[in-house]
Amino acid sequence: MKINELRDTLALQPLSEGDTDREVSGGYTGDLLSFVMGRCPADSAWITIMNNVNVLAVASLADAACVILAEDSVPDDAVLSRARTEGINLYTSPMTAYELCGRLYALLS
Amino acid sequence: MSEPVRFHFDVAGENFVSAGEASATVKKLLRQLGVDPAVIRRVSIAMYEGEINMVIHANGGTADILVYTDRIVIVLEDHGPGIPNVGLAMQEGYSTAAENVRALGFGAGMGLPNMKRYTDSMDIETAVGRGTKITMEISL
Ligand SMILES: Nc1ncnc2c1ncn2[C@@H]1O[C@H](COP(=O)(O)OP(=O)(O)OP(=O)(O)O)[C@@H](O)[C@H]1O
Ligand SMILES: [Mg+2]
Repeated sequence: MKINELRDTLALQPLSEGDTDREVSGGYTGDLLSFVMGRCPADSAWITIMNNVNVLAVASLADAACVILAEDSVPDDAVLSRARTEGINLYTSPMTAYELCGRLYALLS
Repeated sequence: MSEPVRFHFDVAGENFVSAGEASATVKKLLRQLGVDPAVIRRVSIAMYEGEINMVIHANGGTADILVYTDRIVIVLEDHGPGIPNVGLAMQEGYSTAAENVRALGFGAGMGLPNMKRYTDSMDIETAVGRGTKITMEISL
């Protein structure tokens, strides 16, 4: 499934977008950055409530397809502008990480 | 053996906003060199973890990346406190990270294990009170 289809299906609110034609092939959830770095497969949707600037670095270095912030988590302006500069697909949603994972899992399986 | 392509970076300590910039730059440079994306991802993960460790635990340091035709070598060197017990530090879950950096999502104690896992070899030279030098290699 492509990022833009995922965004529309789950009504994710875009905070920053780059290549939304990119395929999402899986998912991962977690807030501890080294866990995500080590375990999040490439081309995944990463679901987290963490919203600091280090999230952007981890997402791009680990080749995550997009970051979905759960529970209406929104980063500050400095993080948002950096995400836009780097073309990171970053979304927020009122759903909990649990709900997002369940919906994503159903969509991808 | 031809000369490697070299990149050098100074990594600032205690700066969590610029943390990861050296790794991000290396990722871009390796892309330009046409390195296999799967290899770039491994280099990125290993280098980021080492870079962040220098920021958090060692008040900064230097990163040198050497790209040979058959391998990529990452050398991270700092003059921080050193690692008293490398065996312990290498264990998943072991961390001495302070509360303020844990709040940012660091401190899972997974950085060094990730560096080992994503590289073909990893060597740690460290002396308490003097610093740490970590050399990692990824075959191409
Ligand atoms: N460059 C370094 N200088 C001094 N101590 C270090 C250095 N790198 C790692 N350590 C020590 O080894 C421990 C384990 O490192 P590791 O990267 O695995 O975990 P962490 O940095 O604490 O947390 P995480 O990487 O999961 O965010 C650190 O908590 C620290 O005590
Ligand atoms: Mg670490």
